[in-house]
Amino acid sequence: MGPRFRGDDERPLTSRKLFSDELEQRLDELLFASHSHRSAKNIADGLEKLSREQQERVLHWTGVAAQSYAEVGYLVAALAPKALARLDPAGFEAWVLAGLDAYDRHGGQAAMAQLRAIEAFAAARERAPTAARLADQEARLARFLQGLSGRPLGLAEGSVAHTDTETVFLPAQLAEYATAEDNRRLYKATAALLWAQTRYGTFGSAEVDVEARLARWPDRARALRWFAALEAVRLEAALAAELPGLAAEMARLRGPWPQALREAERRLGRADAAVSQTLTFLDECMAGAAEPPPLPHAGAIDLAAALGARATRLVRETEVVRKALSALKGFGGRKGAGAASPAVNLDGGKFQVSLDGEAVALPPDAQAAARSLVQDLGALPPECLTPAGPGAWQPLPPEWNEHAEEDALTGHREPQHRYDEWDWRRRAYRRGWCHLFEVDLPPGDPDYVAKVSLRNTAAIRRIRRRFEMLRGEDRLLGRQPEGEELDLDALVEAAGDRAAGAEPEARLYSRRIRSERSLAAMFMVDMSGSTKGWVNDAEREALVMLCEALEALGDAYAIYGFSGWTRTRCDIYPVKRFDEAYDAAVRGRIAAIAAKDYTRMGVAIRHLTRLLAAQPARHKLLVTLSDGRPDDFGDEYRGHYGIEDTRRALQEAHGRGVRSYCVTIDRHGADYLPRLYGPAHYTVIDDAGKLPLKVADIYRRLTS
Amino acid sequence: MSEAFGTRGIAPTLARIESEPYYQPIHDEVVLFESAHRRRLPVLLKGPTGCGKTRFVEYMAWRLKRPLVTVACHDDLTTADLVGRYLIVGNETVWVDGPLAAAVRAGALCYLDEIVEARKDTTVVIHPLADNRRMLAIDKRGELVAAPGDFMLVISYNPGYQSVLKEIKPSTRQRFVALEFDYPEAAVEAGIVATEGGVDAETARRLVKLAELTRNLKGAGLDEGASTRLLVHAAQLIADGVAPAAACTAAIARALSDDPEMTGTLDDLVGAVF
Repeated sequence: MGPRFRGDDERPLTSRKLFSDELEQRLDELLFASHSHRSAKNIADGLEKLSREQQERVLHWTGVAAQSYAEVGYLVAALAPKALARLDPAGFEAWVLAGLDAYDRHGGQAAMAQLRAIEAFAAARERAPTAARLADQEARLARFLQGLSGRPLGLAEGSVAHTDTETVFLPAQLAEYATAEDNRRLYKATAALLWAQTRYGTFGSAEVDVEARLARWPDRARALRWFAALEAVRLEAALAAELPGLAAEMARLRGPWPQALREAERRLGRADAAVSQTLTFLDECMAGAAEPPPLPHAGAIDLAAALGARATRLVRETEVVRKALSALKGFGGRKGAGAASPAVNLDGGKFQVSLDGEAVALPPDAQAAARSLVQDLGALPPECLTPAGPGAWQPLPPEWNEHAEEDALTGHREPQHRYDEWDWRRRAYRRGWCHLFEVDLPPGDPDYVAKVSLRNTAAIRRIRRRFEMLRGEDRLLGRQPEGEELDLDALVEAAGDRAAGAEPEARLYSRRIRSERSLAAMFMVDMSGSTKGWVNDAEREALVMLCEALEALGDAYAIYGFSGWTRTRCDIYPVKRFDEAYDAAVRGRIAAIAAKDYTRMGVAIRHLTRLLAAQPARHKLLVTLSDGRPDDFGDEYRGHYGIEDTRRALQEAHGRGVRSYCVTIDRHGADYLPRLYGPAHYTVIDDAGKLPLKVADIYRRLTS
Repeated sequence: MSEAFGTRGIAPTLARIESEPYYQPIHDEVVLFESAHRRRLPVLLKGPTGCGKTRFVEYMAWRLKRPLVTVACHDDLTTADLVGRYLIVGNETVWVDGPLAAAVRAGALCYLDEIVEARKDTTVVIHPLADNRRMLAIDKRGELVAAPGDFMLVISYNPGYQSVLKEIKPSTRQRFVALEFDYPEAAVEAGIVATEGGVDAETARRLVKLAELTRNLKGAGLDEGASTRLLVHAAQLIADGVAPAAACTAAIARALSDDPEMTGTLDDLVGAVF
C-alpha cells in the first residue's frame, strides 16, 4: 500500500484553485520523463475547473503513478476529470491503485486498459459493495497468520486460493456472501485452512508419501479436488481442538456439510485423524464417479508446488541444523567426538541437544529450522545428525582475489574514508575494506516539503503539539539555592538538621525547569534500489514529519542516506548534518532522496556512528529506516555475511555509547532483526504508508 | 514506633507474610535464591512484565520467613526516600528510617521493583549494600549500618524496555546474581491461570493458547505479548461470569494495544480461540 492521500477530511483548504498554466508547470515536473513529449496543456485545461482539493489529489496521484511509469501518470491526469465525476474520493484512489496494480502485474498496456475502463470500474464498485478485497484485508490477515505461527507464512494474491507451504495465495476479491463482513470472514477462514494444511501434515511426512497415493489416479484434477474437500473436513476438526472459536466460525460460514461429505465427516472429523486416513477415504471417493461438492473456504491443493517448495526447504533447513550441530561438536576441542552422534530431543517446543551427556541449546536460527523440519517430517531427518564432514566450513579458496572486483567495477578513486569490515568466516576484520564517499545530493524539488506539509497539515499539527508537550514537560527541581518557591522538604530537613546540631542545608528553594534532554539522534535512511517508488515516498514523508517533530523538541539530529555498489563504492548522502539548521537546503535534499543501489549497512553504521560519537550529547541514538536486510551487489554481502557484519558494526556502536534502533517495513524483518538489534530494539511496520506517522511516534517512545 | 536506636528515631514496623503466596516454581529459581540468601548475595530479577517476578519475591520472603519491603521505583525517587530523613515533631527532630534502612535494620528482604525507573544517582546508595561490605551509609546521622545476615537486596527490571534513557548501569548490575524470568511453558502457565484465576483447565488452556498467539506478534506491532498477569485477569473475569470472548477482549486485547488495526487482529485471535 502506498501513501494515502491524507488531509482532505482534516484540512480546511482555503487556498485558491490553480490556474491552467500553474497546473501545466506542475504536471510537467511530474511527467518530464514521458516519452511522448506531449504537452500537458490539454490536461491542465481539463483540471482547471476542478476544486483545489481535487487538483491536489490528482497531482499527488499523478506523481505517484508517474514514479512507476510516466505514461500511466500521464493517463491518470488526463482521465482524472472523468474519473472524479464518476467516482467518490475513495473510488478515485482505488481506480488509480487498480491501474498501478495492473501495471505491476501485466505491464503498461494492461494499466492503460484498466485506467480507461472507468465506467466498468465504477460499475463493478457499485455492484460489489459487499465484496471483500484482499488489499484491504492483507495486513490484518498477515498478522493473523503470524499470530497462528508455526513457520512464517507469506501472503500474496493468486487467482485460486492455495498454498505452496511458504506463501498463502488468496484471490484479489471475494464476493461469495451477501455481506462484506461474511466475505471478510471467508478470507480469514480460507487463510486459516491453508495455514492448517501446512500445520497438520496435508502434504505428507517422512512416512506418508501423498504424491505416490495421488499418482495412481489418471484423473489427477478430480483427485486433487476430492483431496482438498476431504482435507477441509479433517483440518477443521484438527483446528477445533486447538482453536475452537476459529473452527466454529468456519462451520457457521460453510453451513452444514453437504450430503456427499457426511460420511467423510464421520470418519475424518476427529482431532486425531491423520492425512493417511484422508488418503484411504479418497480411494473410496475416487472409486465412484461423483465430483466433490464445492466448499467456499476450502481452496485448492497444488501438490506439485507445495512439494517443490518443501523439498527446497528441507534441504536448506537440514543443512542449517547439520551445520549448527557440527559447529557444536567442533567446539571446545571436541572435534574427535564426531563419531558419537548428538541426541536431540524436543522438549516443550525447544530443542535440546545432548552432546556427550551435556545439554546444549541450538542457536535460534537452527532452532527454527529444526522446528520447521519436525513440522514437515514429524521428526528430524537422520542426515541432520551425521557430521557434515570436512566440507562443512570452507575458508575462501586461495585463488579468490580480494581485489579483482574492485578493478572491474570502478575506476580508481581515492576514498574519503576506509572502514574495516567483519568477515564472520574468518572471524576477523578485513582492514580498510570498504571505501566510503560522502556524496552531496543534488538539490531536489524545493517545494516538495511544503507540499507534503500542506497535505499533512493536521497530522503535523498533532505531532508538533505532542512533542512540544514532551519538551515543555516542566520538572520541579528541589533543593536549589534560589527559586520561585520554598522547598518544604528541604526546609524541614534543614530545621531538623539545625536542631540536631548538624550543618543545615542552605539550598531551600524549588525551581521549575525544562528538563535537559541532552540527546543526539542520527537517522540513517536506506536509499537502496528496493525502496524505489512508494517506500522512498514514505521515507521522505516520514523525514518531513520527523523534522517537524524534532524542531519542536529541540533535540540535536542529523539525517544521512546510504547506498552503494560493492565495497569500493559505499556512498553516504548527507541530508542534514548536526550543525545544520532545518532550512531550505535541507528541505531540498529531503526531496532529493531517491532510490539508488544496494544496502551495505555495516560501513554506513560505522561512519555514522563516528559522526554521532563526536556529538557532546549524553545520549546518542542511531535510528535506521530500511526496507530490508543488508544486501549488496554480488552474493557475498547478501545473507549471513551481511547480517554478521551489520551485527558487528552495531556492537561497535554500542561500545561507543550509541544505542541503535531499526524501523523497517520488511515483513520478514522479525527473522533477522532480533539478532542485529536485540529483541526490543526494532519495529516492523507492515504498511509503508504508515511510516510517516509512525516514525515520529516511535522516536517519542524511544526518548521519553 | 520502635525504640531500637535512641529516643529520637522512628523505624517502621515490618510485617511478615503470614500465609503462603501462590507461586509455581519454573526452573531452579527457588534453589538459587535460597542459596544466594545463605551466601548473602544480592539478586537481580529480569523478565517481561507480568511474568511473576514480584510474586516470586513475596513467595521467597514467606519461605525464608523474613519481612518484605517493596519499593516501586520512579524517576523522582531520591536517596532520602530510600534511606530516611529528619522530621520535626513538636520542637524536636526525629529521624525516620526510609524503607531501605528499615529493611537493613530488620534483616528483611528489600525489593526495589523496576530499578531502571529510579534516578541514576539514587541507585548508587545500594552499591555498598550489594557487595561484600554489606553496609548502608546514612550520611545525615553519620551512621554506618551493617546489614545482618538475613538482609537481602533484590532488584528487578524489564529488559524489553525500549527507551535509551532507561538502562541499568554495568556497575550496578555486576553486583547481582541474575535470575532470568520468562513466561512459563504452556502446561505450567495453564496451571497457574487455572489456580489464580479460578477457571477450569480447558478455559485456562485456551487462555494460554491465546497468549501464545499474541506473543507471536511481538515486534510486529506489539511491544509485548499477553503476560501471565493479563491471563489471570481475564480468567478472573470469566470466573465471575463474564463471557470468555468479552473477558479476553477487555482484559487482553484492549490492554495490549490502542492501534485499531492491531486490536482488530487481536479480536481475530480471541475469536479463533473462544
